[in-house]
Amino acid sequence: MTIDWYSFTPWTALSGGVLIGLAAGLLILWTGRVAGISGILGGLLRPAEGDNIWRLAFLGGMIVAPLLWQMFDRLPPIRIEAGYPLIIAAGLLVGYSTRLGSGCTSGHGVCGISRLSPRSLLATGCFMASGFITVFLLRHVIGG
Amino acid sequence: MIRYPLTAFSSGLLFGLGLLLSGMANPAKVQSFLDLAGNWDPSLALVMAGAIGIGFAVFSIAKTRSVSLLGSPMRLPESNRIDSPLILGSLGFGIGWGLVGFCPGPALVALGAGEARALVFVVAMVAGMGLFEWQKHLEHKREHKHHKRQKHKHPH
Repeated sequence: MTIDWYSFTPWTALSGGVLIGLAAGLLILWTGRVAGISGILGGLLRPAEGDNIWRLAFLGGMIVAPLLWQMFDRLPPIRIEAGYPLIIAAGLLVGYSTRLGSGCTSGHGVCGISRLSPRSLLATGCFMASGFITVFLLRHVIGG
Repeated sequence: MIRYPLTAFSSGLLFGLGLLLSGMANPAKVQSFLDLAGNWDPSLALVMAGAIGIGFAVFSIAKTRSVSLLGSPMRLPESNRIDSPLILGSLGFGIGWGLVGFCPGPALVALGAGEARALVFVVAMVAGMGLFEWQKHLEHKREHKHHKRQKHKHPH
């Protein structure tokens, strides 16, 4: 392993993380809802829930964020290296699996670990591990 | 009550800005964080540290409350069950995350930034979620039928 000091951005990473924590705090303290993106989005597909408005409002806020950003500054780079077939396969897998596993990086990784939930600690260990292995295979075995 | 969706909107907005600022919304940076054997970019560990640092304080307050500040019930997850859907789902999610570098939140933010690839990812992701709901629905129906048949066989 070598550390890529040139790409390392500790201050923006840390302050972005603080904003994410504050956003999750705003949602849980004021509305009583956990800021888990896959749960908020997936819940829209359950007609029985009957609470679509706040879900749409939250997701709308996320989509509007880059537009607000652009009013003040140029957007930071968003580089997507994968081609369309891989994007479709990964999208399907992420959608199905996050519902099966009841959460993603936000619900398990941020909110769940903050609550010290044993389920979320295990889930985060699992998706970090399979993420590390996938990128290893992608970049050093198949692509290497 | 308008304050409930308004708070949700503000939270989503702040969350999205945090993802942009932190670099999480950039799949190439996410993949560099997941690439332990290559030229490793540890930045995203600090995103988690910052978010969990605040989250820890916030959720310890949330745990002591039975209603939210807007008066709605607190909906903290209560399950402590470790089961195979949790593990299989999380492993599968990590594979998809590594393949492209998108998890659900950043994909939505990149969609808002006008990235065509993010739009395709989000459509596929919603389809995957729909597939899960459909499978649940079928399972539920099958169970219901089975239950009915059982009842029919043994009326008492």
